[in-house]
Amino acid sequence: MEHFDMALVDWSRAQFALTAMYHWIFVPLTLGLSFIVAIMMTIYVRTGNELWKKITKFWMTLFGVNFAIGVATGIILEFEFGTNWSNYSWFVGDIFGAPLAIEGIMAFFLESTFIAILFFGWGRVSKKFHLISAWLVAIGSNLSALWILVANAWMQNPVGMRFNPDTARNEMVNFWEVLFSPTAINKFLHTISSGYVLSAIFVVGVSAWFLLKHRNVDFAKKSMIVAAVFGLLSSFYLVLTGDESARDIYHTQPMKFAAFEGLDDGNVSAPLVVIGFLKEVPDPRQPDVDRFAFKIEIPNLLSYMVALNSNVFVPGINDLINGNEKHGIMSYYEKIDKGKLAIKALGDYKDALERKDQVAAAENLKVFEANYAYFGYGYYDDPNDLVPSVPMAFYSFHIMVILGVHFMILFIVLLVLLYKKKIEEIRWVLYIALWTIPLAYIASQAGWVLAEMGRQPWVVQDLMPTLSAVSNIDKSSVVVTFWIFAVTFTVLLIAEIKIMVSQIVSGSKNEGGH
Amino acid sequence: MFENLSYLALQQYWWMIVSLLGAILVFMFFVQGGQTMIKSLGKTDNEIKMLVNSLGRKWDLTFTTLVTFGGAAFASFPLFYSTSFGGAYWVWMLILFAFIIQAVSYEYRTKADNFLGAKTYETFLFINGLLGTILVGTAVATFFTGSDFLVTNMNHSIWQNPYRGLELAFNFTRYETFINLSLGLAVFFLARVLGILYFFNNIEDETILARARKQLLFNALPFLVFFLFFLINVLLMDGFGYDADGVVSMVPYKYFNNLIEMPLNTVILLLGVMAVLWGIYRGAFHYEKCGTKAIWFTGGGTILTVFALLILVGFNNTCFYPSTSDLQSSLTIQNASSSKYTLVAMSYVSLLVPFVIAYIWYAWSSLNKKPITSQEMEDDHHAY
Repeated sequence: MEHFDMALVDWSRAQFALTAMYHWIFVPLTLGLSFIVAIMMTIYVRTGNELWKKITKFWMTLFGVNFAIGVATGIILEFEFGTNWSNYSWFVGDIFGAPLAIEGIMAFFLESTFIAILFFGWGRVSKKFHLISAWLVAIGSNLSALWILVANAWMQNPVGMRFNPDTARNEMVNFWEVLFSPTAINKFLHTISSGYVLSAIFVVGVSAWFLLKHRNVDFAKKSMIVAAVFGLLSSFYLVLTGDESARDIYHTQPMKFAAFEGLDDGNVSAPLVVIGFLKEVPDPRQPDVDRFAFKIEIPNLLSYMVALNSNVFVPGINDLINGNEKHGIMSYYEKIDKGKLAIKALGDYKDALERKDQVAAAENLKVFEANYAYFGYGYYDDPNDLVPSVPMAFYSFHIMVILGVHFMILFIVLLVLLYKKKIEEIRWVLYIALWTIPLAYIASQAGWVLAEMGRQPWVVQDLMPTLSAVSNIDKSSVVVTFWIFAVTFTVLLIAEIKIMVSQIVSGSKNEGGH
Repeated sequence: MFENLSYLALQQYWWMIVSLLGAILVFMFFVQGGQTMIKSLGKTDNEIKMLVNSLGRKWDLTFTTLVTFGGAAFASFPLFYSTSFGGAYWVWMLILFAFIIQAVSYEYRTKADNFLGAKTYETFLFINGLLGTILVGTAVATFFTGSDFLVTNMNHSIWQNPYRGLELAFNFTRYETFINLSLGLAVFFLARVLGILYFFNNIEDETILARARKQLLFNALPFLVFFLFFLINVLLMDGFGYDADGVVSMVPYKYFNNLIEMPLNTVILLLGVMAVLWGIYRGAFHYEKCGTKAIWFTGGGTILTVFALLILVGFNNTCFYPSTSDLQSSLTIQNASSSKYTLVAMSYVSLLVPFVIAYIWYAWSSLNKKPITSQEMEDDHHAY
């Protein structure tokens, strides 16, 4: 294997993960709260009820506090593609850059222009224009998510492109295929609906706290109704898109699928593990090794879920590594050989061009094109290096799913209690609503851990491993910036939480509005 | 429509868009310039609050312009993106750091329990104004003076200097460092001039405005000195040109020749410089008559000037990101760009730009009908 500075790779990954995870603390709340605020403002404009104005202003203030820090962490992510992953930037820039530029032109300007109207428009612009601005902020925020998620989906399932050996990069040949790939659509819909659910939980949880304290009861109930309806509808959508995403992963990233299902050996009529605990096993690649200490599973369900047919074969990790002739699965060993052929042919092609040997160039190009689909595998010798962390993928997936079910049940219970006007009496439900706020963040982070850790070692599925994507910089520089960002983001997070809590407490004393 | 354009025409079109975004960004640096003067123009809490709020309603747009500039550079010239950002690591990290601390400062400054205190957030705003402008200006100057990097035949970039870009601002054994810094300082003082003119337009408070008027010439003069130093040096130096085969060589008076060979761009540059100076003159000596409008002259002039400078370094067979380590590694709009297909696809999206400018204009006009007053600061629940 080509020599790589693995310490540099690890620190670069750590820095990107740090930035992405901090960024994702703030973004989902922005995505959903922007719509919740727009809905509340619409009710205010339609009814003229001053309480709805107070409600709108209260949640808008929290939205503003959260939005600012989301912007701060977002800018780093964009530029880290260049600073820390410059080889990757070139390899995919022709595809990845386009959504990023479109994001800026179409979404960011919409968001940043109308957010000023949203916050400072009271009394300066007409009610109608103010309301339109609120909706445009919500649409702009969500459009921002669309383009970056399209880019991320392309990394998980690269389509609509062709590798140009002369420039040594992937080049887009079909924009619509990139934009409307099933992976992109599912990723966008699943991610934004997870943001809506998190925001709804946030509003519901804070409102529950008001009710527990017997403060602003009407204010809290009205907020809770809007958020619970919004959250429940989003939850249904979240489940549907999650199911569709899993099916897509089964086809496009079978190793990730096997890892998050904890499936070492494939099965016809594969069962679905609902809950399970993994144990240490010396070598999970040995036949008949069971890595579960405990599990509850439903027979046949996994096969049924991936193909709506309980007799379908679902490959496990061992099938992917060793291949499975019966089910037409090529082994990783073979893919590694083909990848090495592709890498060598590309180098020889370049050398032949420099020597102006057109015949040799054409021959090497032929070999390269025949094996390019496995290009990334050529960086490895041991197929076990191509398996992601199974515990990480398994637990993050199951935590996300179990908590998702909890959120849906909570919304239903809250709406029933609100309908029956018993919400203040059942205090344990209010406590659960309050303590579900951190759970929503855990579920949201788990989703991204699964998406990004589950696809390792790839930064672009099958084509570019993470280790070959890093910038050619010294590790110490990355270590220093990692700690600078870690300290800065942590300090800003503490500031944000303190401000949020203070705004909520003072808002509750002040009849909601500020 | 765009499919019928040649690859080179598309590359030029996208260089113009990136240049326009860069030019608008420098104009929007009035926010950064204003941030460095909050304490010198505002002496009481209410005055500071007015200044912060005046800038605070625009900061996000500057931020967005920077992000879009980065996104457009990534999309249209990815080899520049990977070479510069992955190479001059510390310069870009410092710029980014300066912008992170800005983003939260407006929103958090006056909020209860903000953890760091109002003064810390005001210091963050000052640091952003100082570092952001000087470093961006210095980085852009290297488009003319060059940087130490290599590009392999697989288009992987390798920075040749262990200081990862800091040498461009701190290696005082090279004369080019002074040229780089002169543009950085010119941008810094221009941002302050723009900030002052913006306050003329946006704030209604005699005390603040009287202080701002006193500051105008003190900032305009160093801006002119540094800008002229940069411009004269650039026009007299050898530049990085390339021939029809893409072979790069040093060309005597390359940038001066570009002025002669691209007369329309020269007219834009001259118009821009004149508009900048006219705005400053009107703001300084005819304040009562048209002080509030001076920002439009100097701001518009800034956009024209920066746009023309970037065209000067990108067009006419000029390397826009030259390598001083290996001339043949220098980046041009032809060897660093995205594929024709991608440029065509993005060009259709660029048709939205006039629409975006129109709604920004409409939104700003709606919000700026009334200048910021002391009374408003007391009434506005969301005042920063």
